[in-house]
Amino acid sequence: MQGKSIESMLKKKPHPGETIAYMLLRFCGIVSVFTTIGIIFELGKEALLFFQMPEVTPLNFLTGTTWQPALGKFGILPLLTSTLITTLVAMMIALPLGLGSAIYLSEYASPNTRKVLKPTLEVLAGVPTVVYGYFALTVMTPFLRWLLGNDTVQVYNMLSAGLVMGIMILPLVCSMSEDALHAVPHSLRNAAFGLGATRFETAVKVVLPAALSGIVAAFIIGISRAIGETMIVAIAAGSSADLTFNPLHAAETMTGYIARISGGDVAYDTPEYNSIFAIGLFLFLITLVLNLVSRKISAKYREVYE
Amino acid sequence: MNNHLIESDPFKNHENLPERHRISKIWHGSFFLSTTIGIISLTILLLSIINQAFGYAIIENKVDPSELSAVPLNELSKEKLTQILNENVSKNRYKTIDRDTPIAKMTSGDLIHLITNEIIEPTTVKSYFLLPSLFQTGQIMRTQQEEYPDAEIKFRSWLNWNFIRNSLSTNPDTTGIRTALFGSLWIILITIIIAFPIGIGAAIYLEEYASNSRLNRIIKTNIDNLAGVPSIVYGMLGLAVFVRSMNSFTSGAIFGVDQTNGRTILSAALTMGLLIMPLLIINAQEAIRAVPASLRQASYGLGATRLQTIWHHVLPFAMPGILTGTILAVSRAIGETAPLILVGASSFINKEPTGLFSNFTVLPIQIYNWTTRPQAEFRNVSAAAILVLLIVLLSLNTIAIVLRNRFAKKQG
Repeated sequence: MQGKSIESMLKKKPHPGETIAYMLLRFCGIVSVFTTIGIIFELGKEALLFFQMPEVTPLNFLTGTTWQPALGKFGILPLLTSTLITTLVAMMIALPLGLGSAIYLSEYASPNTRKVLKPTLEVLAGVPTVVYGYFALTVMTPFLRWLLGNDTVQVYNMLSAGLVMGIMILPLVCSMSEDALHAVPHSLRNAAFGLGATRFETAVKVVLPAALSGIVAAFIIGISRAIGETMIVAIAAGSSADLTFNPLHAAETMTGYIARISGGDVAYDTPEYNSIFAIGLFLFLITLVLNLVSRKISAKYREVYE
Repeated sequence: MNNHLIESDPFKNHENLPERHRISKIWHGSFFLSTTIGIISLTILLLSIINQAFGYAIIENKVDPSELSAVPLNELSKEKLTQILNENVSKNRYKTIDRDTPIAKMTSGDLIHLITNEIIEPTTVKSYFLLPSLFQTGQIMRTQQEEYPDAEIKFRSWLNWNFIRNSLSTNPDTTGIRTALFGSLWIILITIIIAFPIGIGAAIYLEEYASNSRLNRIIKTNIDNLAGVPSIVYGMLGLAVFVRSMNSFTSGAIFGVDQTNGRTILSAALTMGLLIMPLLIINAQEAIRAVPASLRQASYGLGATRLQTIWHHVLPFAMPGILTGTILAVSRAIGETAPLILVGASSFINKEPTGLFSNFTVLPIQIYNWTTRPQAEFRNVSAAAILVLLIVLLSLNTIAIVLRNRFAKKQG
């Protein structure tokens, strides 16, 4: 001990094990960044090959109204409209019902009811999408055909897929909106009650505006989920890339097309193979923008109440 | 705030009080209604699957069992059963069966199973769902007597032991999910082995080490965004990278395995690993964040290093939470279908996977294939497979919830 200064004794000892562990853990953290880079690079590379084909130009791709790879016609509009129609139908179910049940759970339900309903919703949110697809084809479609007539509703149709997609997204929208409503401080509700507001007035005029950003974020995440959903539309929406605005008709969506083309043994480097990557990239960018917007909005509301 | 509330209130007059209460009640009702509609539609979904998995089936036998022997098959001795088998199948077929599994070693149950499949060949000619089976029994019986007088009618549970034990086949009566179950099991195991250490490592890094640097902020935002990427995009990544670019590795060619393509268990598990990683990291981060800071400070105060603190105190404390999150992430992987279509789950293989480099099929893919077949009987089969899938997922979720509740009690 003698001969050593106190400073040198207090100096941080080198711990090679600690450093190695730190590097390893850091690497684990960076793996996810590689995933994103991988997605952008691979999808971009194949999509680039797709756009280099003589019959494809970005303008044609975005504005063309015919999608027939066999004839060299690559206009994404038919796929895009059916994606938008199924999404619209789904959101028309999921938004009002999701928000309504979120308000009920957060503002009206007794703690015991809430304790039962919330985990139930969580479990149902975990039902695989292929099961919803089965439900759409074997229950929802026959029901719609019985209701509206076999002649008006096709065997595969966007309405059935959209409705079931709405049921699928409902627990997600409900759960996220409920979290946002629940995060509003109780003092706000008490103040409103104290002023003589009814329960409904408190919920809709005080709590809802305060939680609005969180609810909007939930809606956007719901839309993003609907656009990226594959199995329901692959099973129930049909496999013809027709440009139609009638939800009772069959039309293939972007994800449905990707699933159908890749389901068969598609040869590498054919126009079809490359085209699914172009669509995939498009899909990735749409959902990325939606997710970023949703995050931005919900980050704003956190600043206010936490 | 207060003024704002009162001024913007259209019902500020006291005379309107009953009207306001009426409106409040109506909305209360409609909020309750939307909750009920949600719950009801999800209940219908589950009930419709049960409805399609059970019910009467009209079954025609190619050979009547009474022609084979006077007494019922299950009362016969082993020797007698072997004799029946020998007399009724061709010599070559008998040899093939004997080569696969020596007939002398089979039990009576195996023999009856074999005789049923090889000789009697029961085929469902018409199947009914559970509801009509219960409420229109008379009509079903009449149909059977008028249209299929030779056939046998019986109440059938499409979900049965043979369905779980049999390999895949093109006949809905004898098909089973054994191949798919093994495929799912293999993929889930490898996925956990790949994703669990990296996911937990990333969560530890982000919660215990990461400063607020640019890189770390990028990592955090990136993980949040990855969690929202549609699963089919992961499938495309898997197809391009694991199946195609890394073909020689994922097909096992560099290890000397004789496999023609990269559409293997390994590719699927790597894809699934990337898919559940963000979910795993976010869940684990939450569990680690819940560890009280006092625990860490006490450990540092006793002179422990950072790694020792994490290993001996933070991780054990956070483990139940981490496990809950892992179970939830894994149950997501079990039900995932779209990415595996791209990575190339085979729609028809009847050999169960034997290792990392086998071709595979999984339960959700089978459900998808059966659902898209035109024959009505495949709907029943599909419903039975969905029941198996849901039972597995429900048990996993229950375990996760129980774990979480225990964890919450311990902390409280």
